[in-house]
Amino acid sequence: MSVPGAVEETAGVHAGAEKAVGAGAAVVSGEAAGGAGVAAVDWPLLLGVRHHGPGSARAVRAALDAARPRAVLIEGPPEADGLLALAAEEGMRPPVALLAHAVDEPGTSSFWPFAEFSPEWVALRWALRHGVPVRFIDLPAAHSLALHREERAARQEQRDGFPEVAPDGGRFPAEGPDGEAAPGEPGPGRGGEGQGPPDAGAVRSDPLAVLARTAGYDDPERWWEDAVEHRGASGAEALAPFEALAEAMTALRERPAGDTGHDRAEAEAEADAGQGPPSPREAPGQDRDLVREAHMRLRLRAAQKEYGEQVAVVCGAWHVPALRERPTLTADRALLKGLPKIRTEMTWVPWTHRRLSREGGYGAGIESPGWYGHLFHAPDRPVTRWMTKVAGLLREEDRIVSSAHVIEAVRLAETLAVMRGRPLAGLAETTDAIRAVLCEGSDVPLDLVRDRLVIGDVLGEVPDSAPAVPLQRDLTRLQRRLRLKPEALERELDLDLRGETDGARSRLLHRLRLLGIGWGEPAAGRGGTGTFRESWRLCWEPELSVRVAEAGVWGTTVQAAASAKAETEAVSATALAEVTALAEHCLLAGLPRALPVVMRVLADRAALDSDVGHLAQALPALVRSLRYGDVRGTDTGALAEVAAGLAERVFVGLPAACAALDPDAAQEMRRHLDAVHSAVGLLAAGPEGEGAGAGAGSGGPDGSATADGATGAEAAAVRATGADATGAESTGTEARGAVPTGADPTGIEPTGAEATGVEAAEASHPAGPDRSGIRTRWWRVLRVLAGRDTVAGVLRGRCARLLLDEGELTAEEAARLMGLALSRGTPPAEAAAWIEGFVGGGSGGMLLVHDERLLGLVDRWLTGVPETAFNDVLPLLRRTFSAYEAGVRRSLGELVRRGPAGADPAAGGPGPVLPGFAPELDGARADAVLPVLYLLLGRGGGTADASVVTGS
Amino acid sequence: MSVTVDNPTSAEHSRAEDGEALRPHAEDAFAAELAALAARDDRPRPARWKLSPWAVATYLLGGTLADGTVITPKYVGPRRIVEVAVTTLATDRALLLLGVPGTAKTWVSEHLAAAVSGDSTLLVQGTAGTPEEAIRYGWNYARLLAHGPSREALVPSPVMRAMAEGMTARVEELTRIPADVQDTLITILSEKTLPIPELGQEVQAVRGFNLIATANDRDRGVNDLSSALRRRFNTVVLPLPESAEAEVDIVSRRVDQIGRSLDLPAAPEGIDEIRRVVTVFRELRDGVTADGRTKVKSPSGTLSTAEAISVVTNGLALAAHFGDGVLRPGDVAAGILGAVVRDPAADRVVWQEYLEAVVREREGWKDFYRACREVSA
Repeated sequence: MSVPGAVEETAGVHAGAEKAVGAGAAVVSGEAAGGAGVAAVDWPLLLGVRHHGPGSARAVRAALDAARPRAVLIEGPPEADGLLALAAEEGMRPPVALLAHAVDEPGTSSFWPFAEFSPEWVALRWALRHGVPVRFIDLPAAHSLALHREERAARQEQRDGFPEVAPDGGRFPAEGPDGEAAPGEPGPGRGGEGQGPPDAGAVRSDPLAVLARTAGYDDPERWWEDAVEHRGASGAEALAPFEALAEAMTALRERPAGDTGHDRAEAEAEADAGQGPPSPREAPGQDRDLVREAHMRLRLRAAQKEYGEQVAVVCGAWHVPALRERPTLTADRALLKGLPKIRTEMTWVPWTHRRLSREGGYGAGIESPGWYGHLFHAPDRPVTRWMTKVAGLLREEDRIVSSAHVIEAVRLAETLAVMRGRPLAGLAETTDAIRAVLCEGSDVPLDLVRDRLVIGDVLGEVPDSAPAVPLQRDLTRLQRRLRLKPEALERELDLDLRGETDGARSRLLHRLRLLGIGWGEPAAGRGGTGTFRESWRLCWEPELSVRVAEAGVWGTTVQAAASAKAETEAVSATALAEVTALAEHCLLAGLPRALPVVMRVLADRAALDSDVGHLAQALPALVRSLRYGDVRGTDTGALAEVAAGLAERVFVGLPAACAALDPDAAQEMRRHLDAVHSAVGLLAAGPEGEGAGAGAGSGGPDGSATADGATGAEAAAVRATGADATGAESTGTEARGAVPTGADPTGIEPTGAEATGVEAAEASHPAGPDRSGIRTRWWRVLRVLAGRDTVAGVLRGRCARLLLDEGELTAEEAARLMGLALSRGTPPAEAAAWIEGFVGGGSGGMLLVHDERLLGLVDRWLTGVPETAFNDVLPLLRRTFSAYEAGVRRSLGELVRRGPAGADPAAGGPGPVLPGFAPELDGARADAVLPVLYLLLGRGGGTADASVVTGS
Repeated sequence: MSVTVDNPTSAEHSRAEDGEALRPHAEDAFAAELAALAARDDRPRPARWKLSPWAVATYLLGGTLADGTVITPKYVGPRRIVEVAVTTLATDRALLLLGVPGTAKTWVSEHLAAAVSGDSTLLVQGTAGTPEEAIRYGWNYARLLAHGPSREALVPSPVMRAMAEGMTARVEELTRIPADVQDTLITILSEKTLPIPELGQEVQAVRGFNLIATANDRDRGVNDLSSALRRRFNTVVLPLPESAEAEVDIVSRRVDQIGRSLDLPAAPEGIDEIRRVVTVFRELRDGVTADGRTKVKSPSGTLSTAEAISVVTNGLALAAHFGDGVLRPGDVAAGILGAVVRDPAADRVVWQEYLEAVVREREGWKDFYRACREVSA
């Protein structure tokens, strides 16, 4: 939000911009007057750049073309010299990154990313094209990685147990060995934000950005363009910007921290005004700089000895003044003495724009690689071309964008630039114009533009001849350690997850599967459904090596790569079930680091998904994951929380979702109902789950009213004990409110029933949001569903049955519900559906066999169905009853044939009499079996025991 | 965000004590500031603009001039928005200010017109019954009958006058105007001319003419702009307050003003309840909890700042007349429910979920939760 006083700011901005521009112009003209041509070059040619700056890249190209050096030196790890030739190969397409990693520990690694518009890349390609030798001159990765490792160890000790951002280092390309900026980005171009300790200070990490900010620019590239490029530097003047820049850097570097009275150069004075004193530099960063610069100077000397004076150096602008100095050789050597060293290897890996960008989650990088790429490639009129590109994208997405729109957008962008005092519209102006003209003020299409164009979906490529990626090494190492040889021959592998080696094997295979490396496929286990056994079918095919190389983009170790991939997949997943599956997979693969991201996405998706079906689908996998997690000893706290939240949402949404369904949808919903039911069972069976479930199950035998009363009383009891003062108090009041609902004789609430139902569920939930109340709440939902007329018959029946099975519904209640469902007023088809829901499935038959009353109800209803309707309900009934086992069907048939005569339907009376059985137990005859039974059990015939058995 | 959130028609009930206008126009109320800006303004001005675009932006956003004159901020919000709006007017494109009710669209449009043209009165209020005459021209029928059609018998609309004089015209609530009437603007905006076929004449827009329209983007679909008309506008969406604190501030200030005018006793503990209402509104509106950890569904209502104000005012009235004078959760619960649940089916689920997933577990919100449960049942 802007505040009063903004006008000063604006004024300052404009003045600053003018001053900066003036300074640039002055230098440019001065240089031009001084003479042009190769002869005027002050060797060595020091080209200070902004890393990943397209403006810098262009200027470097122009400068190299103008100066024609005999050799090009680039800031980067010298170990990569042998790989530089690959950059000229056909198959090499930026963005790519140089990757250095410790040989024995692929996790210790760092990346030097190059985009097409990176000045280093441009210099590299220029040298290769012109056949000029090219060398990297920064501190060798052997040292920087070793230093990094030491530092990290020290930091680890310091923080002791404080989790590192990336403990094994496989996934933080931005954080280089020096801990504050990647070595490829040791100076500018890498904002230090959110990355390591802020020891370096903004000035050191991106001096050009500081200059730009003081000149009133939010984007350093824009400032570079405005102050340098658009000043018309070309041809012989190509070197001028670098001169001006070197001067500014010298000023910035010379100034001691906090000294504001010093105004050697205008740029510096502005830096004071706009920036305030730079944060004091911490010793390590500065020391590292000194060491690195010493090394650069040594390499520069060596190069000059080898190739003559005419050498060009491309490095971060920050280092230019240091390279210009000429301390003695011995002084430089002394600085480099005694550096730790480890064995490293280097290779090229493909990179993406998304990873270059900040939004890729790496904390440092450039915000708009796509825009930079555009600036670099556009031959002229960058804004017009950009708008055309945007229009093309929006049209592809079916938004109506005419040429007139594009014209207006360009006009607005340009006028805005004038308004903001900028020579040319930049990303901020174009974005504002796109929002106002092309997107009708909406940010939604704008996000698309940002994602697809400003960042862009560019994926780099690396030629096959590049050395193997560390992921492959890590995999080889793991294979050796776990004694899992990659064999082309297919074989089975049974794992007992309780063993350490087997557990690690399982995790490796799961991780590889996540990475798309299908070495092992899970096979149906021999050990049945036990959760601690796994069976795999292993088969290593040659093309899997290619997959490994491809997966190298995700990280340097199998674990890190799998985590990174899982996170990315979670974010891009479209369906809720995908994310749950992924969460399950993460647990199986032991990726605790990816889990928080996946969980967050899962919770978000669940919160926004209004389709109860999706939620219900997701719940079982989640609960299953919880069980697996338990077996494997992973921390599943977050998972449990998400699962409970998901269940809660299902409870709220289910009653509404069950209304007015057609038969097919009802069947579908019934499957969901069953899935949720078993999931809730598992959830509630957690460590704290049993108590409340059992307690609430003690509903009285006199119908729903009493049941509610019982739970209400329970809540009140909790209050009395004061176990949880606040929680119990609230539930107590809820319970009182809920009793009348339950007392409603029909149990049917025509409107707002879901609200009261859920509330009733709440009532029986005595102690806050723990898992223990889940089952009780679920029963309340089922009860609401079972008693509501608008719910399809099959669902109502199913709910009644589930409640009966849980002991939450007494036999009398069940009979009452059945009587209601099968009464004359109900259409026969609906009633048949109810029967299907109630007694459908394998075990339903036994229910009817054992409860004669229910059978009698079914029987009475069936005989009462009119002939015309009978044909309609027949298929349904057939489907229901044919699912029973043959024996059950026969028993049922016999019961029905015998008719209801033998049974006395008095409540609480003895069970029905099966054919061939007496109504009472004959003690004498039962006792006769006992000796044989004892014999079988291997016990001596104790009469006391026998009497207990008979007595029961 | 706006300093004043309501439309000029309903504002400031208590100003007319000493014979002043109930609500002076922006160019009168801030005449001194405009004059100071004009005096200091040495930047190029587009034809017939009273100020340069830079000065207009300063007028809206506030600041201090070189001579020490303090310009009060008229609009507190992203600078970008004002810049785009002013720039749009400086080109010959029309400006469409979109936003949910209570985001200072009218306020911004009035001040823009005042700063650019020195006159914010060339206004067409859009309603469902706005006729074409209100945008084009009407006739003085007495003259028409007496003298026949002539320029003298013609009654120009504000838009027509703005065209002839090179001023800024304003159209309020554009989307409430029937679609066929809206489309009369197309010719005006693209051809910059208004034909008068009855006289065989036309009025051509003079340089400096432009048009600012405001529309409620929740009312889209009522009389949605035709794409031909929409194409003539640059659209600027005025956002809701960025931070919760700013919104709490706006709500409490307005509630205070309204409360005083209704003679409600001041509520000492009100600020906590206001913060709670604002939090609930913001969370439901943004679809994510304030800590950014949990997503929630958004209901179909707009839940604008203006509605938060009315919920709190209602609550205050309840507390004052039927309660103990202190704003309590129960006083605002019913109001919130009414604001959130607009669609009885979908919104109720949204609200229930929010209650269960967010409110129930929040520290210190137990009483509020209970109050909401009571009214939701």
